[in-house]
Amino acid sequence: MTWDVVLATLAAAIKAGTPILYATLGEILAERTGILNLGLEGMMLIGALTGFLICSMSNDPWLGVLAAIISGGLLAMIHAFLTITLRAQQVVSGLALTMFGMGLSGFLGKVVIGVPIASYFRPFDFPFLSQIPFLGEVFFHQDALVYISYLLIPILSFWIYRTRPGLHMRAVGENPATADAMGISVAGIRYLYTFLGGCLAGLGGAYLSLAYTPVWLENMVAGRGWIAIALVIFASWDPFKALLGSYLFGLVDAVQFRAQALGLAVPSFFLNMTPYVATILVLVFATRETARRHLGAPAALGLPFAREEKT
Amino acid sequence: MSIFLEKRAQSSRLLSALVPLLAIILALLIGAIIIALSGANPWEAYREMFVGAFGSGYALSETMVKTIPLILCSLGVGIAFRATLWNIGAEGQLYMGAFAAGGIALAFPQGQGWWLIPLMVLASLVGGALWGLIPGLLKAKLNVNEIITSLLLNYVAILWFQYWIYGPWKDPLGYGFPYTAPFGEGAWLPTLAGTRIHLGLAFAVLAALFLYFLLKSTRVGYEIRIIGENPQAARYAGMNIPGTILLVFAISGGLAGLAGMGEVSGVIHRLQPAISPGFGYTAIIIAWLARFNPWLTIAVSFLFGGLLVGGYSLRAFGLSESLVLILQGLILFLLLGGDILTRYSLRWKRSRA
Repeated sequence: MTWDVVLATLAAAIKAGTPILYATLGEILAERTGILNLGLEGMMLIGALTGFLICSMSNDPWLGVLAAIISGGLLAMIHAFLTITLRAQQVVSGLALTMFGMGLSGFLGKVVIGVPIASYFRPFDFPFLSQIPFLGEVFFHQDALVYISYLLIPILSFWIYRTRPGLHMRAVGENPATADAMGISVAGIRYLYTFLGGCLAGLGGAYLSLAYTPVWLENMVAGRGWIAIALVIFASWDPFKALLGSYLFGLVDAVQFRAQALGLAVPSFFLNMTPYVATILVLVFATRETARRHLGAPAALGLPFAREEKT
Repeated sequence: MSIFLEKRAQSSRLLSALVPLLAIILALLIGAIIIALSGANPWEAYREMFVGAFGSGYALSETMVKTIPLILCSLGVGIAFRATLWNIGAEGQLYMGAFAAGGIALAFPQGQGWWLIPLMVLASLVGGALWGLIPGLLKAKLNVNEIITSLLLNYVAILWFQYWIYGPWKDPLGYGFPYTAPFGEGAWLPTLAGTRIHLGLAFAVLAALFLYFLLKSTRVGYEIRIIGENPQAARYAGMNIPGTILLVFAISGGLAGLAGMGEVSGVIHRLQPAISPGFGYTAIIIAWLARFNPWLTIAVSFLFGGLLVGGYSLRAFGLSESLVLILQGLILFLLLGGDILTRYSLRWKRSRA
């Protein structure tokens, strides 16, 4: 294998990791406030379809991404209403969201399956930085959505750990009763971050249909939403570790894809399994690590909060 | 102004009986809006679905055919729910059951012995149970989240299944199509005269009976219920929680595996790349709707079997059968919300006190 192939594979890994990265970041936001949203797969699918439809109508990929972000956020609001206002079971609501998103995207997307689009996100050399040897090739010959994700990581990290709203967010996820006593609106914050989480999942979906593929296919998210949910645990709810995890998965994806292209003797079915199997292995490892180092989930994750009930 | 919940003095009996029904009706109404928005006539689409599912003897028998795997998968998912374990992997367990049973059938193409079908049943139970035990073991021994692992294993199971059909088991006389050779007739489950309803129906009813008695009158069933309702108490009582988790996943996976055997041995009579329109996922809704009661599970499965069969007639109507998934998601949403409203009432408040 030549050096060029290695660099190209690493660059492809970033690309393949980016949709998972966005979804993982979104789920981190929601889970940090105590809301487990298993609807990632559904929100990503709706984001992928909406982005694709709006882009093919307007010929403007940015408009497509905007629509995808909004649609993902709106879908998340169903989950928010059910789990925050009605205090419904979060796992079941998330599963319902996934089914609904799969069904709706399949139903509405039937007419545009496999239709090519003229404008989508193409890679370009980032000024100056693309000149750096090695790093430039891998990280700075990408598309605009990848560059945005680079920016988003430090912003979110700063927001969560270093700002007042970030403190409130963590307080709501760790100890909603105390947060409530401090005068923080638990429901308001949970709504906000569940919405933002949906927005990021929608964006992740749009990355698939507007940059990665770029085409709409039924169920094109292919389990990436679930991989992202597992990565949240691997990342112990931290944006930088989410980056690491997502690129690791991007690498698994890129390597198996290249192995297929090179006609490796292993049947493609087994290569296609690798991302799912790797996720399970990583989850096992992460579960042991978090238990060993007491890195637990936000203490109130999955639990509804009600102030009125004092019985 | 904000919305909040107020606990009802007592949970409304009438409402809790009506909620599942209302959830289905409301879901159909919202579905109608979606159909109308896509430019079709919702009334005609629904009529088409209803006639396709329940409108004739043939339709009813086809609905019953789809009901069989739904019952088996839902019972499996339901018993896991009883222990507050989430088995989202019934789909993969179904494929593994079909794989195991199919392997036996293909190994004995001339097999006419009485033992062939029982052997296939056993293989499918073991295949599904082993696949279910993977998330079960990870949960019981390492406390790994079983929702994610069981779901991801679905993708792995289907790829594994397809590998054999596209590869070693491909029918050499199949003109390159991805099918295995047809099973010998000795490997076919007997069917009810003139229909495709197969012996799997008896398996499903037996499974419901088995679970009913297991939960109601055995020590293991008691432990499953206690672990589900009050894990703390179960721990204090010294119950073997990891052991029970393993058992539940084995039963759950085994039943889904049996559903897979029913499909390939009773309906399709060979292996092909896709053998399930998502029975394992629909089962989650059925189990929830039936409130994990084995008998209600049978009734609700019939309803959802009808929804699936009705969905196929949408295709002739120019609509995608994805509508079925939309309706399923909606029903689950509405049911969840409705459940809460039986116990609480919604109040509007002008400002925070």
